[in-house]
Amino acid sequence: MSTIVLLLITGLGLGALYFLVASGLSLIYGLMGVLNFAHGSFLTLGAFAGWELARRMGGESWGTLIASLLLGMVVGALVAAATEFLLIRRLYNRHIEQVLVTVGLALATVALFDGIWGTDPIYVTAPPWLSHTTEILGARVPNDRFLLIGAAVLVLLGIVAFLRYTRFGLVIRAGVENRSMVTALGIDVRKAFTVVFAIGGAAAGLGGVLASHYFGYVSPQLGGSLLIFAFIVTVIGGLGSLAGAAIASVAVAILQQFANYFLGGTGDLMVVLLLAVVLLVRPTGILGKKA
Amino acid sequence: MKSLTNLSQRTWWIVGGAFVVFAAILPLLNISIPGVLPGATYTPGTLQLLALALLFASLALSYHLLFGTAGMLSFGHALYFALGAYGLGIVLQQTELSLIPALGLTLAIVIAAAYLLGSLSLRVTGISFAMVTLAFAQAGNVLVRRNPAITGGEEGLRLDTEHVPDFFIGVVNTRNLYWLALALLVIVFVVVASFEHSRAGHAVTATRENELRVRVLGLRPFGVKLMAFVIASVLASLVGMVHLLLQSGTTPRATSADFTLTILVIVVLGGVGSRWGAIVGGIIYTLLDQRLTALAGSEAIADLPAVLRIPLSEPLFILGTLFILVVLFLPGGIAGAARRLSTGTRATPLARKQLEEAE
Repeated sequence: MSTIVLLLITGLGLGALYFLVASGLSLIYGLMGVLNFAHGSFLTLGAFAGWELARRMGGESWGTLIASLLLGMVVGALVAAATEFLLIRRLYNRHIEQVLVTVGLALATVALFDGIWGTDPIYVTAPPWLSHTTEILGARVPNDRFLLIGAAVLVLLGIVAFLRYTRFGLVIRAGVENRSMVTALGIDVRKAFTVVFAIGGAAAGLGGVLASHYFGYVSPQLGGSLLIFAFIVTVIGGLGSLAGAAIASVAVAILQQFANYFLGGTGDLMVVLLLAVVLLVRPTGILGKKA
Repeated sequence: MKSLTNLSQRTWWIVGGAFVVFAAILPLLNISIPGVLPGATYTPGTLQLLALALLFASLALSYHLLFGTAGMLSFGHALYFALGAYGLGIVLQQTELSLIPALGLTLAIVIAAAYLLGSLSLRVTGISFAMVTLAFAQAGNVLVRRNPAITGGEEGLRLDTEHVPDFFIGVVNTRNLYWLALALLVIVFVVVASFEHSRAGHAVTATRENELRVRVLGLRPFGVKLMAFVIASVLASLVGMVHLLLQSGTTPRATSADFTLTILVIVVLGGVGSRWGAIVGGIIYTLLDQRLTALAGSEAIADLPAVLRIPLSEPLFILGTLFILVVLFLPGGIAGAARRLSTGTRATPLARKQLEEAE
């Protein structure tokens, strides 16, 4: 029983990370039709920014942790908005080229991070409470899982509230539904593009700092490894669907944890198998629109 | 008009034939191009690099069939390259088969895998297809890394030379491998070109342009797309097999997503939709990659201030940036630029007409 609780909560924690990456991917794809390969780099950069801050302020205090989380978000948002503004916008409506540009950006930035911070993982320090455990139903759960889950829930609620109660949110939702109609009504959707990129980048940057605490290290490969699972999550959840991404993140991560524990480390293969099954049964994903 | 196109086509065949003949006698010549090649063309080191360049050209051609001709953006093409390399390596290691039967067995495995995974991933199109192929390739990557007993894990797989003919083994015989790579490039080119000119090739090109219209005409796009997918995968696996022989082994990098992205970069640099663009792209990329790596380790770089030294010592950073610039400012890649230069216009009338139709 305690093992199952531990696996469930760890799965939720990992699912939270997937969601932080996948939410941005899904929103960006939903509105603009761009598959953003550079999303992993936003995450990695956020993680490194958080680590650099923690290194200077002393990583043990809570103030540092919160400051590094905020810094990760800001860095992620700024870089993402700059990417949209400088690169993606020039290739308006040419989806393949947009994907190619983000591919090039991902390759170049990972190499640049390699050059700046080295290829070896750098270990991070965190407030001691995070490495302690809390007992829930007999399972000793590491506390960082709760931080991850809490942050992801806040981000989910934040994005939902933003989409529902603000004017930009309205434009974005309408844009996902039917972009040409929104443009025809005289609304400049391009501002919404930058906003969506910034939101996705902020979530990824936050995810980067959290991932560095979950795995215990930062490395230039951090973003890329999470990005692949985030891609799988967005396809399973249905491209462009935020709720689908949330459900699929949790499902994928929990499946992965259980398969790793009970089926001898086959978690990654099980996830791909799940993807295959979903595609066979429902090619548009769980909550995807009909193509 | 017809005779003119025929003539230009014949000229192309003559230029291509001359290129093959020149490439074939290269190991017998003593040509040095300082700054581009590490040594004279008859030395094993240079031949090794040139053979690698030819292999990348073949690989790019096989991806061109998938992406340029059929319009399927796959992020898992490296999987089939790796299946060829690892498959042949494992078969040679685990069984007593000699090279040719081992090749045949590996090919059979690749065809089965490509058919199965292809028919699964082709249930979705566009960006979803890209992600699904990426996921399958990633599963392959995990399998290779997790089973070190068979695949050698992170260390990579070494070629078991017991059943490989002697003329493919050793530094002295590099030129035989070079000729093998050249022969493979010719085979891949002929297969790709004849597929493009076949009925299935026309159907798959039509599907790329407008799938709905193809359906309305009463054709099934799925079959021809799957055919293109399987052919491209088989060609990639053949390249993987020769790569295994050339490098005397293979590493998990061959299965990684980065490797597929490399192929994609090559095809886009060369010019999407152009056969010879893919070949030129493959050759230029390999030479550039090798030169940039040499540049990264050179003393001229080590003395620069950190702001310049760090980016310049990362070949992938330079290649990635170059790639972005090509996509932004040089649509059509090298082939497109060459076409514009030769006609003196930004787009040929034909290309412009095609563009207008596509709008």
